[in-house]
This record gives sequence, structure tokens and C-alpha cells, in this order.
Amino acid sequence: MSFESIRRGIAAATVVVAAPFAAVAQDFTPDNPECIAPANPGGGWDFTCRQVGKSLQDAGLIPSTMQVVNLSGGGGGVAFAEVVNKRSDDNDLIVAASSATATRLAQGAYPGNSMDQVRWLGSIGADYGVIAVAADSEIDTLPELLEQVQENPSEVNFGGGSAVGGWDHLKVLIAAQDAGVEDVRDVKYIAFAGGGEAVTQLLAGSLQAFTGDLSEAQGFVESGDIKVLAVLAPERLSGEVSEMPTAREQGIDAIGANWRGFYAPGDMSDAAYDYWVGQLDTLYDSDEWKAVMEANGLAPLDLHGAEFESFVAESVSNIENLSREIGILQ
Amino acid sequence: MELLGNLGDGFLIALTWENLFLALMGCFLGTIMGALPGLGPSNGVAILIPLAFTLGLGATPSLILLTSVYYGAMYGGRISSILLNIPGDEPAMMTCLDGYPMAQAGRAGEALALSGIASFVGAFFATWGLVLLAPQLVKVALLFGPAEYFALFTLAFATLGGIAATNQAKSAFAAALGLGLAMIGVDTQTGVPRLTFGEVHLYDGIDFLIAIVGLFALSEVFVFLEHRGTDRDISTKPPTAVGRIVPSWSLIRFCIPTMGRTTVLGFIAGVLPGAGASLGSFISYSMEKRLVDKDKTFGTGDPRGVAAPEAGNNAAAGGALVPMLALGVPGSGTTAVLLAVLLALNITPGPLLFTQNPDVVWGLIAALFIGNVMLLAMNIPMVSLFTRVLLVPPRILMPVVAMISFVGIYGISGSPFELLMMVGFGLLGWVLRKLDVPLVPVILGTLLGNEMEVNFRRAVEISNGDYSVLVGSPLAIGLWTVAIVGFVLPIVVGGRIKRRMPMARDEESAISD
Repeated sequence: MSFESIRRGIAAATVVVAAPFAAVAQDFTPDNPECIAPANPGGGWDFTCRQVGKSLQDAGLIPSTMQVVNLSGGGGGVAFAEVVNKRSDDNDLIVAASSATATRLAQGAYPGNSMDQVRWLGSIGADYGVIAVAADSEIDTLPELLEQVQENPSEVNFGGGSAVGGWDHLKVLIAAQDAGVEDVRDVKYIAFAGGGEAVTQLLAGSLQAFTGDLSEAQGFVESGDIKVLAVLAPERLSGEVSEMPTAREQGIDAIGANWRGFYAPGDMSDAAYDYWVGQLDTLYDSDEWKAVMEANGLAPLDLHGAEFESFVAESVSNIENLSREIGILQ
Repeated sequence: MELLGNLGDGFLIALTWENLFLALMGCFLGTIMGALPGLGPSNGVAILIPLAFTLGLGATPSLILLTSVYYGAMYGGRISSILLNIPGDEPAMMTCLDGYPMAQAGRAGEALALSGIASFVGAFFATWGLVLLAPQLVKVALLFGPAEYFALFTLAFATLGGIAATNQAKSAFAAALGLGLAMIGVDTQTGVPRLTFGEVHLYDGIDFLIAIVGLFALSEVFVFLEHRGTDRDISTKPPTAVGRIVPSWSLIRFCIPTMGRTTVLGFIAGVLPGAGASLGSFISYSMEKRLVDKDKTFGTGDPRGVAAPEAGNNAAAGGALVPMLALGVPGSGTTAVLLAVLLALNITPGPLLFTQNPDVVWGLIAALFIGNVMLLAMNIPMVSLFTRVLLVPPRILMPVVAMISFVGIYGISGSPFELLMMVGFGLLGWVLRKLDVPLVPVILGTLLGNEMEVNFRRAVEISNGDYSVLVGSPLAIGLWTVAIVGFVLPIVVGGRIKRRMPMARDEESAISD
């Protein structure tokens, strides 16, 4: 299976700064801008809504305060169904999403819903995946680790913060597949309640490897407790984490970005859609947002409008194929 | 000593007018949120996050505000447990068992004051534990792999029979019901939905808060509706006496050993990520009952039964900050939210937090001490205010309880489905009360069952199906021994005691719900 176009998409986004949208004249302004966070207060989606809402208002990009509504349940499925069934022509509404949304759409975990029922607006950054081992592990590179998996899969336990079939699990499988592991179902993955809990078990010796997001691992890397074998980014990240090698430079073509972004109701008018895409794009390019991204451990991922829509479509279909291979999807 | 120097610096940071005001506000709001059924510490903290951001607070003041709310909620949860038999949040559930009977016996004031003192003792010493032992305790957390966690949760289950001594079969049934409820939702170990019937609302499982509010608060409303206008109508009953406000010194002294033991137990439960405050208060209560309940007075309004879970859960709240600050791993739902706040404030939680951001850590710890003293000072005089609740006639109180329940649950979930589910739990609670089935084991089954199951499966999966891993370490063997002894001993010894005291049992069953 090929991740060619995702890679191309991300590479394009990181290397070339996308041309700002020229839509200055606005045919639409929201009366009551609203953001649905499909989870309880305090989670990632909640932060996406609140942070973006606050930044948009601070920059004067929306006329009034963004109202944040928490609509939790079903891993975002409750909010998705609500938007599709009841709010499908709401022009003032945006909804927080991430790779978890795409994963669940791909695996049919939102019963009766599919990604083309909504319009995808744009991304606001990405948290790249990492594969790490304990600092005292004998393994130093990703190929070494995957070789061990190939030779003796039952001896290498990967742990991560998402459920089986979730994004943390799939990232390892993408890498394993590229490294030539024939049956990815052999790769052992143990699900934990969060990335932190999984790292603790790595340090406790229950696990041999950790798969998660860079932001989850960073604190432990700085303290010298774990070593990151590979960042699943198209190229080395900037800043403190630039020392971490990518999987690609070790010959394993695996990219796993936990992106954050927004979708909007499916029957939103084109004027409103262009408005939201344009505002998010303007926000993304601002220095204020760069600071927010840095503070939250987000790496660049600048995809908007149609570009973002095809990026999501591509990842949904890739995840669908992979899920079918590992038997999550029949 | 370097430690005291650090702590002194922390106090310098915390003792500004702004921070003191924030701590006071946090303590007050937290107490109220903890007392309201449906609003627990984790959503209390989450709800105030936007406030902290809107006020443009820096890292230390934000954390001071939010942890004051956290500690405040741990204090506040007991109030509605004692006065109304409705736990304000999960960890306060155990306080119902003896707190409510005490209130019914006209000792509400004493129960509230005593539990306030127990909360203070638990939180105060847990904060010292955090100061002195954080680096060492991290190593304890690392001793616990999935197999050890499984043994720990089994131990909790083994002592479950101890909490509702009236009818073991009924409490076993209740626990089994709770275990069944825990199975609902997507199974994280396989990604397969279980018992969801294609209903997307059930994919995340059942929120404990919905179950608690439904089972305890709404069922109380239903019972009230049922008896309205009949001779059993509680609204015509004269209001319960409040009793003395300040507990006598002899009563406090009587409870000191209990507070001491349960503080230690609760603290350890808090330190373990994946255990948390609910387990802390539960283990504290059931262990204490095993240890000192010679006359079978636990469950009938024994003051020690109020002191034990309160010291335990507040100690656990302090303990949960150890892995959060020293490892960046949340030890409870609330600390998970606090961690998210740290990240948003550009502070990377993790092993280096103590060295990289000492001002934040030590300022926070100092604020915890300050908040604790504030809470004690706030809670004892307010006891007389709280107990006024008992004077409110049920025909006014019950609609208020119903309203708070609905608003609270809708506020968190934002969906009518959850409200219907809460009503469903209310009806279930009402039926269970009719059948004299205790409600607490239902919640415990739900809370502990999930963790027990996933840790069992993690352990066996890691060992490639080799079950011997479950007893593969001295720690696991130790936990199993305690669990087995805790389970078998009461059957052997308890039977003999019970035969000698048939009278005591009748009294107990009369007030068991």
C-alpha cells in the first residue's frame, strides 16, 4: 500500500509555504460563530476549539466570541451524527477533528456516517508520531527493532495510548509493513489509557517499545529515560527535536502525523466555506499561531480547503485498507 | 536543607495577594462543585480552564487556581454524601455509608466537621509525602506492571464484601451488575464494540458520573415521588436534628489511628497511575472496616467510617500529583486534565519538571498547603451553614436535586441521550432500593471492573498467554496474599461473630440504603 500522496501532501505543505488565499472581500460573516468540541472539556478537541476560537478573536478574524460547545460521546461520533443530521446547513458552525476522526470514519466506527457528509476546512498543525525504546535498550535504530519483530514478534511488545486499531497502533504497522514484516497481525500492540501510562510501562520493563506522539515522549527524552528511534515525519523537525532521526532516513518509508483541524456541516454555503477556510489559513500564517503551535508541540501541517479534503480522503482510504489487513474491518 | 529552601521559595511565589485570592476562590468554587452531584473534580477543573485562560493567568497562578479547585472538590464531595446520601463525586461515595446514617441519627454536624478534619489530615500529610518522597515514589509506580495492577484491583474486589455486610449475595449481585455495565463500550484491547447495539453514544462506555447521579440522586427523587401524600411521606416528617457542630476531642482522638492508617493507604493508591482517588477511598474504608470493626458498627454511622474514606480520598488526591509532577503521567482523571493545562501553558510535564520549572512545582506545592489550611478554615465554620440543607423540606429539596442533576449532566455531555440514560439509571436505582440491593457495589464494579479486565488482558498478552505471569513478582504475590486473606478471613471469623450477634444484623439492614 502506498502513502505516496500523503507524503507528497505533507512535504508540499512543509517545504512550500502555501500561497495565502486571496479572498479579502467577504461575502459572509458569521453571526454566532460556534465550535463543537466532540469531547469532554479538557481533551485535545476541546483545546483545539478553545485555542483556535481565542486566537481567531484576538486577531480580529471573527466578529464575536467563538462559542465552544462540548458534545461528547462515541469518540466524536455523536457530534458527527448531530452535525450531519440536524445542523447540516449551519453556516456559523465548525467542528474540531483530528486523525482519530479519520481513523474512526475509516473503520466505520461512526455508524452510518462517512467523510463526504461534511466539508473539510483545514488543518492547524500536526503532532508527528515517534517510536521509542527505553534508554538502556540495546536497540538503537528503527530497522534493528523491526528486524527483531520479524524474527521474534512475540518478544516485542509495543505499547501506546490508543485502542487497538487506533492511530498509535496503526503507526507501528505502517512502519512494520514498509520494513517487510509479512503479516502485520504478528506485531504485538498493548493498548493503554494514555501515552504517559504506556511510557511508564516501558520504563517499568513491561513493554519493549513505545508508539505515540512526539509531545507525549518529549519530556522523557529530555530526562534521558527513553530514546526515540524514529520520528515518523517527512523530514527532521526543527528546534530541540532536530536530533531525532526520521524513519525515512533509516530507509523505512513511514509517516504518521496526528493532525488537528476542522470540518464543517455538509450543506454549508460556498461563501461560508470559503470564509472559514480563508480565516483559518490567515490564522495559520500568523506569528501568534506559530507561537501557539510551538507551545503545544505542534509541527507544521498547512492544508486548507480542497487540499485538506483530499488529504483526509487519502488517509481515510489508507487506514481502511490497513484496518482490513489487520482484521479490524471485515 | 535544600528541600526546605525550595519550599520556602515556593511560599514566596504563592504568597502574593493575587495567588492567595485565586486559591481562596478555587477552594470555594471547588467545594461547591464537589458538593453538587454531577460536578466532580475533573469537570470542575475542566470548566474553569477557560476562565484561567481568559484572565490571562501565568503558569503558576493558573495551576494554583485549578489545584485549589481540585482539593476543594475533594473536600466538597462529602457534604452531599453525608447530608443527602447522594455522593457529590465518585471518591465521596464511601462516605455515604456511615455519613448518612450519622446525619439521620442527628449527628450531621459532627459528621461534617469530622470529615472536614479527616480531609485536612489526609491532604496535609499527602502534600508532605509529595514534597519528601516524590522522586522515590516514582520508583514504586514503576514496580507496578499490568500483572501487579490486576492483583491490586482483585484485592479491591476481594474486600468488597466488607462494605455491605448485610447481605453478601445482594452485594455480590450489585457488583456483578456493575461489572456488566463496565463492559459496555469499545474494547480497547481489540477495538471491538461490546454491548453497544450499534448506538454510537455507548461507544465510549458509560460515564461514571451519569451512573452515580442516576443511581443515587434521581432514585432518591423517585422514592420521594412514590411516597408523596402517603403516611410514609418524608416531606411531612419533622426536620432531622443537626446535632453539635464541633466534634468532641475524644471523638477526634478516637479517629486519629484511623486517619493515620487511611492517609497512608490513600496516598499509595493515589501515587499509582491507574488506581486513583476512588480506589483510595474504597480501600481505606474496607481495610479499616476489616481492621477495627469489632462490634459491626461500620455502616450504621460509625465516625471512623466517615474519617476513613475522607482521609483516604484526600490523601489520594495529593498522591496523584506525584506521578503527574514527577513523571508527567496522570494518576487520576483530574490530574489528566491538569496535565493538559500544563501542556497548554508551554510546560512539558515529565521527569525534568522539578529541575526545569522549579518555580512552578514549588509554588504549586506551597499553594496546596495554603489551600488546605484555607479549606479547613472555610469548612468548619460553614458546617452549620451546610447542615441547613437538612432543614429544607424535601418537597423543595428534591426538585432542586433533580434540576441540578439534569443541568449538571447536560452541561458535561451536551446530549439528551445521556439525560435519558441518567433517568434509566434513576429507575434502576429505585428498583434496586426496593429490592434492598446496595448501590455502592454497582459503582465500584463499574469503576474497578474495567481496570481489572484490561490489566489482566495486558498482562497475559504481554506474556504470550502464560498465566504464571500473574504471580510472577514478589509484589504480585504479596498483593494476592492480602487479597486471599482479606476474602477468606471474614468468612471464617465473621461467621462466628455473626452467630453471636444476630440482633446487630437486623439493625444494620434497616438503614443499609
